[in-house]
Amino acid sequence: MSKLFPSVEAALADLLRDGMSILSGGFGLCGIAEACIAEVARRGPRGLTIISNNCGNQGQGLAVLLKQGQVRRVICSYVGGNPDLAERYLEGSVTVELSPQGTFAERIRAGGAGIGGFFTPTGAGTVVAEGKETRLIDGRLHVLEGPLRGDLAIVRAQVADTFGNARFHRTARNFSPLMAMAGALTVLEADQVVEVGAIDPDDVHLPGIFVKRIVHVPEHANVIEFRTVREAR
Amino acid sequence: MSWTKDAMVRRAAAEIRRGEIVNLGIGMPTEVANHIAPSWEVTLHSENGLLGMGPFPRPDEVDPLLINAGKQTVTALPGASTFDSALSFAMIRGGHVDLAILGGLEVSAAGDLANWTVPGKLITGMGGAMDLAAGARRVVVLQSHAAKDGTPKLALSLTLPATARACVSRVITELGVFDPRGTCFACVERAGGVGEDEIRTRTGAPVRFET
Repeated sequence: MSKLFPSVEAALADLLRDGMSILSGGFGLCGIAEACIAEVARRGPRGLTIISNNCGNQGQGLAVLLKQGQVRRVICSYVGGNPDLAERYLEGSVTVELSPQGTFAERIRAGGAGIGGFFTPTGAGTVVAEGKETRLIDGRLHVLEGPLRGDLAIVRAQVADTFGNARFHRTARNFSPLMAMAGALTVLEADQVVEVGAIDPDDVHLPGIFVKRIVHVPEHANVIEFRTVREAR
Repeated sequence: MSWTKDAMVRRAAAEIRRGEIVNLGIGMPTEVANHIAPSWEVTLHSENGLLGMGPFPRPDEVDPLLINAGKQTVTALPGASTFDSALSFAMIRGGHVDLAILGGLEVSAAGDLANWTVPGKLITGMGGAMDLAAGARRVVVLQSHAAKDGTPKLALSLTLPATARACVSRVITELGVFDPRGTCFACVERAGGVGEDEIRTRTGAPVRFET
């Protein structure tokens, strides 16, 4: 059965509601589901919980939702370079839960994998461990961290087949396969959509079991945050 | 004469051993990459999901979807691999990254590191700093010896919120190279022309000279 939807509007039509939690792939602006984010901004659900490493950057990506006052809570690892989040946080309209990046990734993986939590040495002896159960494991202090799940995951891949098997490009993979696993429903936008069978099974980064809806989005802005180059040959 | 930033970066590069997997933090540590010779066969790890990171691209090679953890465009060398963030931090936490060279705000004699936040300043979040500090097999910190107002950044115990405890093996500052030894710092190398008295005065913990 094809999971391909004709448009991002159609794919998200019955999914968006006030107060929902949305998991978003991407590292800063790299590899974000641009069309899905734009549709969430256009439809305007409010009181959202956003689970994403950065919640946008430099006024773009998910930062648009912050600007429009749609976001109530953000769970992330890094808020630097995101003046919209800093502003909303300081005025008290958005709460921020910071999680160390590796812990954040593993919490999402745990959520998608049906794991109830895990002990990690990251954050032991820091503010991150406050109020959390700790345990000495092999002589080292570990902190209990819980899983993260969300109502909806929005991710972007380079190529997907109509079952949802997906392959990512370079460092655009980042959190996206994890977010896709942890969403109660996952919408994937792909630069290229191919027939089932066109991706070799060994080349699948995200098996289609984790994807419910697919949209073909051939054009992405792919905003570069810091274009660093060396001299031309 | 204390070391210049460039001299500090070069000294940090000398910490890298042949064949190591190395993660370089954002800021000054990133510049260490410029002093790694190909003959060292070093592999650079970037926590956003790249092992085998190469130099900045030529203008015609720029790929917006190939970046480092500082969100700068980079390249992937032959033999590189890309992966998701859970696997990337499994490499770090699992002790598979040999060395992390990180920036610092404060290091204690116990080897505690503070480098992610300053109370009262705008919060930026820890990103991958806590995982790297707690997970890399060896952590070397590259930082200035004292704050602009003279407050020592090598202290008996941390005054700033910790990033990780007892994680730092070595600190490189403009005054020299210092190893946390529990209740003091061992100065294992002095920058040329820097005297023991100057180091003692500017360090917030006892210093033992092993130079």
